Amino acid sequence: MLDNRSFIAKRCAEYFSEGDTVNLGIGIPSACSDYADPTVCFQTENGMLGVGQIAKALAICDTYQNAGGVNFVPVMGAAAFDTAQSFAVIRCGRMDATVLGALQVSEKGDLANWASPGRKFGMGGAMDLCNGAKKVIVAMELTAKDGSKKIVKECTYPLTAVRCVDHIVTEQCVIDVTDKGLVLREIREGKTPEDIQAQIEPNLIIAEDLKIMAE
Amino acid sequence: MSEMRGKVRTREEIISVFKDGMTIGVGGQAGAYMPWSLLDMLEESGVKHLTICSIDACNPGFAISRLIENGQVDRMLTTHIGTNPIASRMMLEGKLEIELSPMGSFIERMRAGGAGLGGILTKTGLGTDVEEGKQKVVIKGEEYLVEEAVHCDVALTRCRRADPLGNLAYHGTGTAGHPIIATCADISIVQVDLYCDLNEISPDEIKVPSIYTDMLYIGEHEANHLIGRIKADILGLEYNRDGGLA
Repeated sequence: MLDNRSFIAKRCAEYFSEGDTVNLGIGIPSACSDYADPTVCFQTENGMLGVGQIAKALAICDTYQNAGGVNFVPVMGAAAFDTAQSFAVIRCGRMDATVLGALQVSEKGDLANWASPGRKFGMGGAMDLCNGAKKVIVAMELTAKDGSKKIVKECTYPLTAVRCVDHIVTEQCVIDVTDKGLVLREIREGKTPEDIQAQIEPNLIIAEDLKIMAE
Repeated sequence: MSEMRGKVRTREEIISVFKDGMTIGVGGQAGAYMPWSLLDMLEESGVKHLTICSIDACNPGFAISRLIENGQVDRMLTTHIGTNPIASRMMLEGKLEIELSPMGSFIERMRAGGAGLGGILTKTGLGTDVEEGKQKVVIKGEEYLVEEAVHCDVALTRCRRADPLGNLAYHGTGTAGHPIIATCADISIVQVDLYCDLNEISPDEIKVPSIYTDMLYIGEHEANHLIGRIKADILGLEYNRDGGLA
């Protein structure tokens, strides 16, 4: 059985279609590439399309490193460019999806993921990705380590972007952000909608065709 | 002799450029492909009250973080300091002023600074803390944030290849912010891996034309090549951060 982080990453990867261009955040999102369709093209925001496997031994080269400083091997057909071009790619409307972590997500799809009270670590590329990507997928554990709620009515932490999130994938459920509110689409085997509702602030709408998440 | 060396300069000549209170743009991200030698020179110069413009604050003990730890930096314009708890702590203690800018806006502000523009318009940051104190404009019914251009006194960047005039070419993710930041300063200093003859780099491959470049420093680089890594593997050699023999 997969650990929670891999389980979440695997489910997120199901949102990618053949030939999609995708940017992955650091943390749980970076594991999505392990489960994605092989035709999906990954971007690194320092400046490359076509990021491949993690580089080992002699393949390690300091001019193939992703935005998190991890060495990789570029795939056939990869393209390198500067960071300004890279963010032009992110904002241009052709980036199919991004997967990001979150500290808080609101009922309306507002995302907060770059600062919390007493700690400001910076937004990096997250604000541009939320502004530019066609699909914004949040990959996170349903609640914070201290048990506090992360899916809230209104974000209290500084925002990354307003009304940007499309899907929230957690180890217990999949929730879509819709105009009507948060819709519970999928649920982990053994959990009930009431279990999920107890761990989030806004009222959940239960999808008529609520599915069990594939293990 | 000085005519023969083009824009190549010595450590001492480069160190003499640095002055207290300068704004310095630095290329490189997540500790990858930094202009390590130039940052060592900046540290050695001992100048203070610097404003550093760079994508992140590196990790403690390295590069930009060393300047911060030495108390040489008053202010940073950056996008992310999450990898550097020392910078975070100094910010909270009021010892280091930090302006956080979204990465796409940060790099476009530098690009604008090197392109004679006053700034750029972007939707990134609308509805967030980033819009505080900034103008908004409406173009064709869509709202945008005005992000001002950034121009530095000195830029410290790195490139793969350069010729004596300072035409610059890059490789892989070693491109990153370097060709942008190299354009947005009064004095642009570039650490070079491979020093080439004129026209050895095809004019089509040149990313930054020499008009932007003021000084070149020829760094060590052997570990950046497969042959260097094979040698290291066979002979058990160790390399320093620049790729020279440790």
